[in-house]
Amino acid sequence: MINNFFKPLLIALVGVFLMGLLGLSACSERNTSKAVYVLVDTSGTYSQQFDKVGSVVRYLLGVLQPGESLALARIDSESFSETDIVARVTFDLRPSMANSQKRALIETLDEFGKTIKPSKFTDITGGVLQAIEYLNETAAGDKTILLFSDLMEEVKKGQVRDFPISFNGIKLVAINVTKLQSDNVDPREYQKRVDEWAARVEQGGGHWKMINDLNRLDNILQ
Amino acid sequence: MTFDFWSNLVEGQPGVSLLISISLLMLIMYVARQQAHQIIMTLARSIRNALRMMSQSIMYAERQLRARNREVLMAQGQEHAERFVEREFQRVETLVNRDLSGYPSLQRDLKEQITRIDEDYVQSGEVPPKPPEWLKAVETVAEIHDNGSPVVSKILTDIHGTLKKSLDKNMQEYRKANRERHGLLKKMMPYWRSLGNTLNSVEKKITGLEQRSMIIDGQMQSYEEIRNQSDHAERMLSSSSMTQFFISGLALCLAVVGMYVNFQLVALPMQEMVGAASYLGNSAIRASDVAALFVISIEVILGLFLMDSVGVTRLFPIVHLLEDHKRKIIFWVILCILFIFASIEASLAYMRDMLAADREALSQMLLGAEVAEPPLRWIPAVGQMIMGFTLPFVLTFVAIPLESFIHSFRTVGGLFLSWVLHVVVVLIRFIANLIYGIGRTLVSAYDLVIFIPLRIEQIIKPATTTVAEERAEPVRSELVQGAEAEQVKDT
Repeated sequence: MINNFFKPLLIALVGVFLMGLLGLSACSERNTSKAVYVLVDTSGTYSQQFDKVGSVVRYLLGVLQPGESLALARIDSESFSETDIVARVTFDLRPSMANSQKRALIETLDEFGKTIKPSKFTDITGGVLQAIEYLNETAAGDKTILLFSDLMEEVKKGQVRDFPISFNGIKLVAINVTKLQSDNVDPREYQKRVDEWAARVEQGGGHWKMINDLNRLDNILQ
Repeated sequence: MTFDFWSNLVEGQPGVSLLISISLLMLIMYVARQQAHQIIMTLARSIRNALRMMSQSIMYAERQLRARNREVLMAQGQEHAERFVEREFQRVETLVNRDLSGYPSLQRDLKEQITRIDEDYVQSGEVPPKPPEWLKAVETVAEIHDNGSPVVSKILTDIHGTLKKSLDKNMQEYRKANRERHGLLKKMMPYWRSLGNTLNSVEKKITGLEQRSMIIDGQMQSYEEIRNQSDHAERMLSSSSMTQFFISGLALCLAVVGMYVNFQLVALPMQEMVGAASYLGNSAIRASDVAALFVISIEVILGLFLMDSVGVTRLFPIVHLLEDHKRKIIFWVILCILFIFASIEASLAYMRDMLAADREALSQMLLGAEVAEPPLRWIPAVGQMIMGFTLPFVLTFVAIPLESFIHSFRTVGGLFLSWVLHVVVVLIRFIANLIYGIGRTLVSAYDLVIFIPLRIEQIIKPATTTVAEERAEPVRSELVQGAEAEQVKDT
């Protein structure tokens, strides 16, 4: 008789358990996870803007969830290289571990800000290529490159950078695109630089966005 | 055959063409009048009859549903009354076992007390002292004359003294005996009190039993009414069922709120176990939320079985077929499992507090503010732990409103469905009458369109008018008969 009682109880418990297992086994990481690659121009004209990079990265650390990725890299004379990646992290699925990783990243960011050295040339294309490579490896659903630069590319002699780039759905957000002194002489140069990059991104299958007002950081990842 | 065609029958004369067209149309309609009327009325009547049949079928289903509702209501009421009477009898049995099982010893005590009191009473009775045996001899000696003899006088004086002494002694003994009697009567007082208390307790027990028997009598009367399937019993049960439905529904809503609070306590720390970025398929449902719901569901199921095992609910009839000691075993087993779950939840709630604090600290750090430990941080942590521990036990009581809700839903749902069917019947009948009315209106409208030829027919050919009327008569009579029959059916 006691077995007759335990039978429905066991069936109910096992049913719920199996449903739970089934539900959990059907769980997977959603392809809407984000991956962000922050590219920081360290050329002579732009290296003084690092405090703005710090505030944006802090904002990103608050927004990004466990399982999502963030990388910080500099743009110098030869940017198409892993050595230019200052920090890269895919946050752990456990929130407590993810928080620890975020704290460590802040420390790395502060350290990088102190040791930043202005570069002679500005290889933006190389940095963007490196960013695309990293973002494609993350297999995230929403990939974004944040580009802190004045968009003035100066490459070494012999470097080939004048070719189309395949963005394949990646968003490129140019943040705090500063004006050069020469832009004051002829503002069309500034507009030309911006338009050229916008066209290059759009033609490569990417999405272009420019944000100069850092009070509207919530627009960055939208 | 467009409008242009009909308006250009005569070249350049659209007015004349239209007139000819309309005249032709009227002529055709006049010729086909009887058939057209029949078609319209047949169609209207067919639709009305089909709808009527449909409404009758639904009415039959409604009657069946009402009968079924009544059966369910009566069966539930009967079961409830049986359970109530059974429970009352159990209480009476408990009372009898507890209080009246000691009745023989009580009776013995009472008898002993009464015997003691009786004995004491008998002993306390006043026994008059017997006169001394030598009193007669003394009387005889006292009658002797001394004749002035000093010897005799001395003897008599001695006798007097002896008598006095004897009387004093007797008086003292009498007083002593009286004292003893009063002492015995005083000793009887506690026995009397004890006897009074015993009788009072007996009276209370008997009164309790009397009250129980009155309750049982009342319940038995309603049980009889239910068994007799009386209308009063149906109304009473129906009202009771509606009340139960709303009360249990409210209780279930509150239970859902409790489950939501429980879910909030568990969901965040579950992210530490199953990961925060795992989702159910491609949906936006987090795996941690599913896991939290899973834990809460198990607790609720255990609660249902726990309540069944102690006999509070009867969701699973098989539980009540078990013997009492087996149910006790099951109760303790489930209680132990619930205790484990409650402990897990308490620890998860504590972890939740830690995670929240960590997240808050990180947010402050990201904002560049000084990370400070808030004062009395332990209070919410302990509060959450207590909630996490107690909520699984509180959720076990969901079984009670759930059972009431399920039982009352059967009858309330049946009543609602019956009401819906009734509304459908009314609607169908309304539509049927409407369609029939439209048919009759169309017939009249048809005649209105061809009123000119009809009028001409009436003026020019009075004789043929009768023929035309005869032609129209069947249709008209059908209309009238149909309308009258409709009115009779409606009434």
